[in-house]
Amino acid sequence: MTVLVDISHRLGDFAVDASFESAGRLTALFGPSGSGKTTLINLIAGLIRPDRGRIAVDGRGLVDTDAGLFVPKHRRRIGMVFQDARLFPHMSVAGNLRYGRWFTPAAERYADFDAVVELLGIGHLLDRRPAKLSGGEKQRVAIGRALLASPKLLLMDEPLASLDEARKAEILPYIERLRDETKIPIVYVSHSVAEVARLASDVVVLAQGHVVASGATGAIMQRLDLLPAEERGEGGAVLDTKVLHHDEAFGMSVLGSLAGDIRVPRLAVPVGAPVRIRIRARDVMIATEAPVGLSALNILPGMIVAVRPGMGPTVEIAIDCNGAIVLARITEQSKHTLRLRLGGKVFAVIKTVSFDSATTGAGLPVEADG
Amino acid sequence: MNWLLDLTPDEWNAVRLSIKVATVAMIASLPPGILIALVLARGQFWGKTLLNGLVHLPLILPPVVTGYLLLLTFGRRGPAGAFLAEHFGIVFSFRWTGAALACGIMGFPLMVRAIRLSVEAVDRRMEAAAGTLGANPVWVFTTITLPLILPGLIAGAILSFAKAMGEFGATITFVSNIPNETQTLPSAIYTFTQVPGGDEGALRLTLISIVISMAALVASEVLARRIGRRMDIE
Repeated sequence: MTVLVDISHRLGDFAVDASFESAGRLTALFGPSGSGKTTLINLIAGLIRPDRGRIAVDGRGLVDTDAGLFVPKHRRRIGMVFQDARLFPHMSVAGNLRYGRWFTPAAERYADFDAVVELLGIGHLLDRRPAKLSGGEKQRVAIGRALLASPKLLLMDEPLASLDEARKAEILPYIERLRDETKIPIVYVSHSVAEVARLASDVVVLAQGHVVASGATGAIMQRLDLLPAEERGEGGAVLDTKVLHHDEAFGMSVLGSLAGDIRVPRLAVPVGAPVRIRIRARDVMIATEAPVGLSALNILPGMIVAVRPGMGPTVEIAIDCNGAIVLARITEQSKHTLRLRLGGKVFAVIKTVSFDSATTGAGLPVEADG
Repeated sequence: MNWLLDLTPDEWNAVRLSIKVATVAMIASLPPGILIALVLARGQFWGKTLLNGLVHLPLILPPVVTGYLLLLTFGRRGPAGAFLAEHFGIVFSFRWTGAALACGIMGFPLMVRAIRLSVEAVDRRMEAAAGTLGANPVWVFTTITLPLILPGLIAGAILSFAKAMGEFGATITFVSNIPNETQTLPSAIYTFTQVPGGDEGALRLTLISIVISMAALVASEVLARRIGRRMDIE
């Protein structure tokens, strides 16, 4: 399944001129507000007609201005989850969920009502009116409504942006299940490093209406220069790990990764579960010798493979730890004092407590329960 | 109390005719009313101000003028009247249908205003959402827009009905005051006031008029409240 977009469109004095192709399970359109993410997703959904360009999903042309092709939104079979849910106020939750099914040809209905309701945990809400739901519940129902139209592609426009942290944490696992348990490719708009690092398989980075980079999530997240200024502190390496065991005595979980074992606060996931972690560059210290007498628990040996100037008096140092890249942001002065240079052998040092729910994803840290 | 319910056959006819005329005027106004309200609320076209003015004309013109214009247009020799009579056998002049036409036109601005306000209040993003779920524009209108403007539709219909119940000037100018054919409640009351000893009859019909109008108003309130509760829009 591939999504191909090559579009130029002008809205007042704002122009979107973007082209990308993605075959990812979940492709994030990532960028600061005003970068054209929402315009792009509206173009894919058919809510806007582009001035010029081409859009195709899985080889099926939806827009081709040269050929005069424009498939209207109701014939695209593309599900959309809006930031503001947009549930129909005059229908019950069940009515909302069943709405799209009506318009799907019987032969193309693959979404099973009970399965979707179970997947999203909304069985107890079916008889309620949308006005009686919490923000998180509304968003889950909106996801279910889009899924039950049996779409070929699911678009999500900042579905978590209007929710508080607790509600976000409530929904994220459902989006992960959606990504892992259904076959529908997802295009996900977000300006949050935490969401993108956790959910995306591929990232398309947008700025001022242009695509500035695209690629696999791990590679993109290391490019701190691509991140919006207010999110730069959140940038860093993204590592896919597995839970090796839980250290109940000290309330920790030990994750196995290419770079070596990483100790994080106790996660609420079983041993063997995959966990994607993000190590913020600002949380990583560098030592030139194996440290002793240090409280930090994660000490990963590696080699410097890149030194880049960062914001202000900082440098970004990429350390190859046995094939996994860990990113560190340190001061220019530290770099000078430690005489850090390409090819140098160093140790990346990360405190266990620098990991939190935003960086360890699915396994939300819980109080150690004995 | 007996004198109140003891209506003469002519008086009964006036009551029945008024209800019939008002109901037909209301129902016949609804489809064009919805259409014009949609066009005015959402259309962007040259001449929109003109159309808006035209719709509101019956509200600002003296009713006699509206009635006379109807007579000129829809009378037996009027261009529209002659055409309709010849091709469709529809005759308005001096018939109850003419009364319904006059009442419908007089109530039309009120109906359009009420519906237009509710159309403008509809969150168009809801309609976009329905579109992404596979609904074509006709389905979007029937399953989303129409239910969302229902309170406005009811308000507009009741206003039109109430206006028709009270319409006098345009009706009497256009179709005159013929008992059993075009003599609605206001015309009947007017007739009573013109003859000696007609006070009792005028009072009877006035009270009936008030009761019918109040009943329509209360019914619309109850309906609107029930729909509002069902939709639960904060």
